[in-house]
Amino acid sequence: MAVDTMTRRSTQAAVAQPRMSRRRWWSELGWRYVVAALAVVYAGAPILYIISASVSQGGTLTGSNRIFATVTGANYAALNETRFWSWVTNTMIIATVTAIGTVLMGAAAAYAFSRFRFTGRRVGLTSLLVIQMFPQLLAFVAVFLLLLSLGEVVPALGLNSRLALIMVYLGGALGVNTFLMYGFFNTVPKELDEAAKIDGATHAQIYWTIILRLVAPILAVVALLSFISSFSDFLLAKLILQSEENWTLAVGLYQWVSDRLSANWGLFAAGAVISAIPVVLLFIFLQRYIVGGLTAGSVKG
Amino acid sequence: MSSPQVPQVVAPRGAPPGQSSDGPDETIPARRPSSIARTFSRGFLAKILLLAVVDALGVYVVMAAWAQESFGILWAMVALLVVANWAYFTRRAIPLKYILPGVAFLLVYQVFVVAYTGYVAFTNYGDGHNSTKEHAIEALLAQNEKRVEGTEAYTLAVVEGAPGLGFALVNDGEVRVGWADEPLADVPDAVVEDGVITEVPGWTVLPRAAVLERQQEVVDLRVPVSDDAEDGSIRTQDARNGYVYRSTFTYDEEADRLIDTSNGLEYAPNDEGNFEAADGTTLPVGWRVTVGMDNFVQAFGDTRYSTPFFKVLAWTVVFAVLSVVLTFLVGMFFAVVLNDDRIRFRRVLRALLILPYAFPAFMSYLLWRGMLNRDFGVINTVLLGGADINWLADPWLAKIAVLVVQVWVGFPYMFLICTGALQSIPGDLVEAAKIDGAGRLRMWRSITLPLVLVATAPLLISSFAFNFNNFNIIEMITEGNPRFADASVPVGATDILITMVYSVSGLDGGAAKNYGLASALSIVIFIIVATISVISFRRTRTLEELS
Repeated sequence: MAVDTMTRRSTQAAVAQPRMSRRRWWSELGWRYVVAALAVVYAGAPILYIISASVSQGGTLTGSNRIFATVTGANYAALNETRFWSWVTNTMIIATVTAIGTVLMGAAAAYAFSRFRFTGRRVGLTSLLVIQMFPQLLAFVAVFLLLLSLGEVVPALGLNSRLALIMVYLGGALGVNTFLMYGFFNTVPKELDEAAKIDGATHAQIYWTIILRLVAPILAVVALLSFISSFSDFLLAKLILQSEENWTLAVGLYQWVSDRLSANWGLFAAGAVISAIPVVLLFIFLQRYIVGGLTAGSVKG
Repeated sequence: MSSPQVPQVVAPRGAPPGQSSDGPDETIPARRPSSIARTFSRGFLAKILLLAVVDALGVYVVMAAWAQESFGILWAMVALLVVANWAYFTRRAIPLKYILPGVAFLLVYQVFVVAYTGYVAFTNYGDGHNSTKEHAIEALLAQNEKRVEGTEAYTLAVVEGAPGLGFALVNDGEVRVGWADEPLADVPDAVVEDGVITEVPGWTVLPRAAVLERQQEVVDLRVPVSDDAEDGSIRTQDARNGYVYRSTFTYDEEADRLIDTSNGLEYAPNDEGNFEAADGTTLPVGWRVTVGMDNFVQAFGDTRYSTPFFKVLAWTVVFAVLSVVLTFLVGMFFAVVLNDDRIRFRRVLRALLILPYAFPAFMSYLLWRGMLNRDFGVINTVLLGGADINWLADPWLAKIAVLVVQVWVGFPYMFLICTGALQSIPGDLVEAAKIDGAGRLRMWRSITLPLVLVATAPLLISSFAFNFNNFNIIEMITEGNPRFADASVPVGATDILITMVYSVSGLDGGAAKNYGLASALSIVIFIIVATISVISFRRTRTLEELS
């Protein structure tokens, strides 16, 4: 609507005055291009810098200061001598499994809350809302202590286990995402379920074959947000994954930069460029969904 | 609460009248002839398989917990298994089937953990108070062992077998072997050559080099002389000679006193989880006890903690507010500038502008940390032409630096949501203002800003709550540094509450562990964040949409 009005207005202006005077062009449009150019430089320069640093020779901080002075793959090759690739594998496994688990559990819970009327439903929704106010991350000391005792019983669920980290992330899944999904599930007309029920579909068939397909966009958003949040989590990963071969990218790259920053700079730059690629690609492909998801109330750091 | 569609569903299936009353469960009798349990559909098999796996793992956990005597874990697991099996085999709990997996994780890893934080906040859990009283007594007895005067030296060899390391020693011409959990016992057929034990059946005698490699393990090894702890244990310093060691402490179980036999001092347990003598000296190893409000009193009352705490609290609020305001202003400015249909390549420009948002945030922080480096960073050496500005070591500069990074990382998000909000501002409003002769600034102040603010307010509040606990930005750029000169706790000028909790907890390895105080601080953050959330929910009225 608004866009339409504005287009109409500008066409009218264009009809009335086929060519803007140079002054008018500057005051209405030209300065916008200048600001936009500055903004793009501001937004893009650090990224350009890290790409240049990743292909610079020597791999030190000083050596990276002249943008694209040299182009070499040495830093990328040097990654093979570190544990970088096992960090990549760990991160991908942890983030993917967490994303899938989050989507499955969140969607199932949202389905139940949206489609069934049962005792405790209101209480359940309200408690989810209350639980949401207490982020799991803040209780990291207790998470650590819980895994300490769990590990004595089942080492796979204790400290230094990737599975344990996934379980912890999954614990935060319902609180954060159920409401986002619940709202979306409510927008799918109930008549669809009813028609299927009349045709003899079970609740499971309705869920898997009808509802899940119709809510695919919100599933994509939740999967992406969950992927990115476990991809970027540092605190829990650092506390739980103690030995170097179990680290995630966030822990590993942090270690490189906090310990002998200058010497490790090339390695960090190359590692960062490689690990940013999947996330940036996901962003570009799912941009439409993300913007929708953002306005639904989710924040990324 | 029955939903209206249920009777409609039942009727066409020809259910006997009177059974189709209310509730989704009532649809079942109609379907019974084709029950999935009788046809064994794929879904049913998958369910059985999954449940079998869950049960098997659950039983394993229960058995392991039994062996470790962790009864909390044991009962939690049993409860979980019972509920899971009931939920998936009964026909009465359809919603539960969908909610249960998520709720199980939620209960263990979020609800329990938050509740446990509440409990730990009232204990003295931390270094020196790590475990139970029994463990503390055991540790104290072990720590105070001394060689028993006048006992003979035994010829000894370090041996390795299935239970780990053990000692073999010669006693009255017989070779005896024992390990940490098992007292010495005779081993026949062992070979002793020239006073050196060379062969022990069932064990490998460790060669000298191997002993040196595992020196610490050997020195720490204590092999009980007999089943009676009073007899002491065998220890060695040189891996050749073993001596009987006995603790100078004894524990009198009935009186609950620890007695130092070397000087006769009696230590009684006190309320703080330590053994205390009459003169007030305490023994170093204590145990966990609840200490009431002590942690909170310490956080707010003890100036060593309260001074940095209030500084950190103030900076946390300033940081969170400025993060939102600055990123919002920058993002909105760019959104307003680009919000004109006549601009060409708008999509490309927008895509370029949200690049910092697509770049993973933690890497941006690390990237800026390198760029801000005093000696070699690109900002000092290139951008400022070789300036020598110590960005991350001066309290004020470090704060500014963190905010500068925050603006770069955060403005694209605000740009995105402001662009959305701008496009929904009705065009006639703008037109009317123009006709009334409003200038650009006036229009921005009286129309654009208020409308965009109304549309984005809930997002700004959640952004505030997020930045309130933005652990990554602080830890990755400054690690909280520069440190406060006057504080005895390891916190610094850029620390926000959650990084302060991290430092106080000692989990970063920078200080003695103090889980109790850290949890108390967490509780304070919980309260602040919950308050923000309540305000946010009031605004977005999520509560009203519940029904």
